[in-house]
Amino acid sequence: MLKILKYSFYDLMRSRWSYVYFAFYLLLGIVLLFLNNDLSKAVITLMNVIIVLVPLIGTIFGVMYYYNSKEFTELLLAQPLKRSSIFLGQYLGVALSLSMSLILGLGIPFVFYGLFESSAIWNFSLLLITGTFLTLIFTALAFNIALSNENKIKGFGYAILLWLFLAIIYDGLFLMTLIMFEDYPLDKLSLVGTMLNPIDLSRTLILLKLDISALLGYTGAVFKQFFGTNFGLVVSFIMLSIWVVLPVLRIVFKSKRKDF
Amino acid sequence: MKKSIAFLVVMLMAYFGNAQIVEVCNSCDITSVSEAITAAKDFDTVIVKKGIYKDYNIVIDKPLTIIGENHPVIDGELKGEIVTITSDNVTLDGFSIINVGTSYTEDYAAIRVRRSNNFVIKNVVLEKLFFGIYVEKSSYGKIYKNKIIGDAVQEYNSGNGIQLWYSNHIEIENNYVAHVRDGIYLEFSDDCLIKNNVSTENLRYGLHFMFSNNDTYQDNTFKNNGAGVAVMFSKKLKMLNNTFKENWGTASYGMLLKEINDAEIIGNTFEKNTIGINIEGSNRIVYKNNEFLNNGWAVKVRGACYANSFVENNFLYNSFDVSYNSKVNDNVFDRNYWSNYTGYDLNKDGVGDVPYRPVKLFSYIVNRTPETIILLRSLFIDIMDFSEKVSPVFTPDNLFDNNPLIKKNTW
Amino acid sequence: MVTIQNLYKNFGKNDVLKGVDLSIKDGGIFAVLGPNGSGKTTLIKSILGMVIPNKGEISVLGENIKKSSDYRHKIDYLPQIANFPSNLKVKELIKMIKDLRGNTSNDEHLIELFRLEPFLNKKLGNLSGGTKQKVNIVLTFMFDSPLIILDEPTTGLDPISLIRLKDLIQKEKSNGKTILITSHIMSFVEEVSDEIVFLLEGQIYFKGTIQDLKTKTNQPDFEHAIASILTKNHA
Repeated sequence: MLKILKYSFYDLMRSRWSYVYFAFYLLLGIVLLFLNNDLSKAVITLMNVIIVLVPLIGTIFGVMYYYNSKEFTELLLAQPLKRSSIFLGQYLGVALSLSMSLILGLGIPFVFYGLFESSAIWNFSLLLITGTFLTLIFTALAFNIALSNENKIKGFGYAILLWLFLAIIYDGLFLMTLIMFEDYPLDKLSLVGTMLNPIDLSRTLILLKLDISALLGYTGAVFKQFFGTNFGLVVSFIMLSIWVVLPVLRIVFKSKRKDF
Repeated sequence: MKKSIAFLVVMLMAYFGNAQIVEVCNSCDITSVSEAITAAKDFDTVIVKKGIYKDYNIVIDKPLTIIGENHPVIDGELKGEIVTITSDNVTLDGFSIINVGTSYTEDYAAIRVRRSNNFVIKNVVLEKLFFGIYVEKSSYGKIYKNKIIGDAVQEYNSGNGIQLWYSNHIEIENNYVAHVRDGIYLEFSDDCLIKNNVSTENLRYGLHFMFSNNDTYQDNTFKNNGAGVAVMFSKKLKMLNNTFKENWGTASYGMLLKEINDAEIIGNTFEKNTIGINIEGSNRIVYKNNEFLNNGWAVKVRGACYANSFVENNFLYNSFDVSYNSKVNDNVFDRNYWSNYTGYDLNKDGVGDVPYRPVKLFSYIVNRTPETIILLRSLFIDIMDFSEKVSPVFTPDNLFDNNPLIKKNTW
Repeated sequence: MVTIQNLYKNFGKNDVLKGVDLSIKDGGIFAVLGPNGSGKTTLIKSILGMVIPNKGEISVLGENIKKSSDYRHKIDYLPQIANFPSNLKVKELIKMIKDLRGNTSNDEHLIELFRLEPFLNKKLGNLSGGTKQKVNIVLTFMFDSPLIILDEPTTGLDPISLIRLKDLIQKEKSNGKTILITSHIMSFVEEVSDEIVFLLEGQIYFKGTIQDLKTKTNQPDFEHAIASILTKNHA
């Protein structure tokens, strides 16, 4: 698996898209920091960008890579390699190269800005960790979609739909549900609703840092325990890990049963 | 006024002849403060040496200066009130007073001042107390450099740090009050100055005003109190350069204004509070040069608030800048800096070319269904807020800052 | 070498293999033929483990291939369409396959044979179809495995390379290897193969030498023999 990972990673690290992605984040970081000169504002803007854009890029890129390297995958399949290591290797290759672009693209301008002497370093690290998690999750979901759909166009369609659903539509439905049942105690429901969507989960993690003052304004005891202590942070990270593990397991499962 | 009082004091002292010094210590002729008071003549000075004096119900009923050397301790042994000042012109300086009795029928205090003018209480440390310094129907007093540290756990069986009741012209300066019910409480007390105090980790309010007019509080720090600072039913207050910090919780705010008219709120900092300022039924208030930093809600307006003006404040990284629970707006927002402002300044005059709407639709939704707060900063919410911004339906349509600044206000 | 028993495979409603029994002995060149959609590629991919059969057993060199990947060490496979990661250079691809399968030094000789030296430092994305196929051939023949499977090996090759490929196949055969070929070029099949396996509608219609086939169909040449099977069955 490590060998496949290595080659996929090198392959992607040399592709134009990795550079575009990297350059985009580099530019974003530079613009936010050096034109605006306001670290707190930069972190907030970055958060908005990360929770929307990282999943989108992760899904599109994952699906694209899978379909584009289909013949290469077949070549690999004829080699004495386990299927799971071929697909996990490719998956990790994509996910890690995307994460690298993100971390370096944003990290470099921030380091030059003097991040290490700033108190925002924790918020910033949390952003990058969350971004990496989202990349891992959405690339895995993309591989799942691609593995289940031979038709490229269908695969892309589902990938975009998945993103639209989790990034926007889900929250709309969520909001409507909460308003509809506002007469009932909702704090558990709202937390569960958050856990079931990795984008919401990441957003909550960041809210814990940026908006704790507002979150603590709400009465519910479960809410209070979740946001007032480290409990929320720990649970969120566990859930994010589950969100990585489940699709990855399905990649392994699905790839073992697939014909090429 | 003060000069004439000082003159009067000098005249009185001259009348009674030379002031004597009475010493108290465990091995002296006089071994208790009460005895010393009985023995002393008006305008004498009582000096209490270092030691522990078990005593309570000490009544200072003549004009005396009572000084503790090296902080002698008066231990009330939880039996009741410890020191009561009933005479004018009393100075109490340099004591540690501990173990005030707790009662559900009487408000026992470490030091009570009753119908006294020109009193001074300074350098006093109060611990294990019920009420700290309780001033009733007294005027022209000074309370400064005291330290009041309680161990309050529940509101119903704990008292306030410094309490004024029907007392005017009192100066409260450089005190430190912590772990009591209300740090400083003013009721029916006018023309007082509260300055440079630190009031922190109190069960209910750091500072509490009721029916008190023409008071000024400035340069104080109120941090991590149960519900912040409450200012209610009062007129013509000046609140200057205070810091309100880290008041977190459901019903928690930096400052609560209820039925306040004609106040000035200038140069204060509100940082990391669930609600920076909560305003109900308050009119003609000037908010200027305040900094609202990292609050859940910087300003929450409930109920009827008219003719208030928010000018040249900084609103920085609050989850919500302003929230209204109605569609009516009669307040003015002008020349503030909003970190959430996304407009541009093409003519480079430092003022954004697009007005800023500080009230978001989402804040309205959260008011209605508090659990929805979990969707804060979701893309869906942003889209919704944007469409509301373009054509307001639920939020006041005339509420905007026409001159949002591009750079932070400095003062 | 390869034994297949009662092999079934369907893709959705489309039954591709319907009970294939086949055994291929050690040594020699076998051509798998059949019209489009007869299941040639599916059969080969089943042997390679790329297609998972619904039913039936396959063993290679006496080892059941189910849930195993190590047996592929003993197979060299030339896929039909060679499409490699376009960002890799030819040299790197060869190095990578060696890295994955184990070292060999045959590649130098093969590179020379197919005149690939000028392309070694070029990216695969920039190569022509024929050149890619040559790279593909190098990758396949550089290992010394007892079973060689070639899926349409002649695609895009120029005449000189085709001759070299034939030589290469003959050489491997003389080394005692078993070679499995699919091709549409009948002359090529006729020239190289010792025995043919004819697949029709998911079953083995004929297995034997080309001479046997001619006799069976009463046709003077190979191409007509094949054509007669097809017309007979489709008429």
